[in-house]
Amino acid sequence: MADEALFEFLHMEVVSYLFKTADEEKCIPILENMGYRVGHSLAERFTKDSSRFKDELDIMKFICKDFWTSVYKKQVDNLRTNHQYLAFPCGLIRGALANLGISCIVTAEVQNMPACKFQIMIQRSQ
Amino acid sequence: MTGQRLSKMAVCVAVISKENYPLYIQTIPTEDDLKFHYTVHTSLDVVEEKINNVGKTTNDLRELYLGLLYPTEDYKVYGYVTNTKIKFVVVVESSNTALRDNEIRTMFRKLHNAYTDMVCNPFYTPGDRITSRVFEKVVNGMMLQDS
Repeated sequence: MADEALFEFLHMEVVSYLFKTADEEKCIPILENMGYRVGHSLAERFTKDSSRFKDELDIMKFICKDFWTSVYKKQVDNLRTNHQYLAFPCGLIRGALANLGISCIVTAEVQNMPACKFQIMIQRSQ
Repeated sequence: MTGQRLSKMAVCVAVISKENYPLYIQTIPTEDDLKFHYTVHTSLDVVEEKINNVGKTTNDLRELYLGLLYPTEDYKVYGYVTNTKIKFVVVVESSNTALRDNEIRTMFRKLHNAYTDMVCNPFYTPGDRITSRVFEKVVNGMMLQDS
């Protein structure tokens, strides 16, 4: 699909542009925050037609199924393995969850080459 | 336009943030718009109650539309909550019999669509007061009055 390629190219360009212009250590937070804002908006749009979520499990199911397939068309096996490319998706997840009322820390790691593991740590406020 | 058939539509439309502070509130031109602010404020307790009661009744559809929150002598207050806990409140006059549940539903649907489009604008900071003119136009369309 064409829109998939567009997002892929734009994402690649954003990452390489940032690494060319900004300081090395600032890039990751910038990308993460961009993802946060996008995830925040997307959560608003994608949940428009679904029924109200019952609990956290409901929300996580939504993120894994509907949200992820909407953004990446399939399970996340097409991500680049370099860590710098993972800051944006991490922010994406964090933003979406924050808007749905779950504050968390998202980290990603790559153990076996084509696969990527996202770890979501939910912060309990009470 | 449907507005011509219905002599009056909503008298007050409000958008409340997830932290329960107002993002947007619009009333018909009146001397005491504070009365509506008060009505909307009171309705938030009912919204909260409805959200928290989820799962306690077994055949619960968990719709975004919450239905009639409470009627007063002169007004009826309807509520709607998004999955991101943004609340929409619409106040209509009790004397207005042309507005049935279905019309109210459509109204909220429109409001939700306008809100989502507004949030997806990258120049809007989430949590700020809503100043979008497109959004305002949608709301004004709901409050159209032509007798």
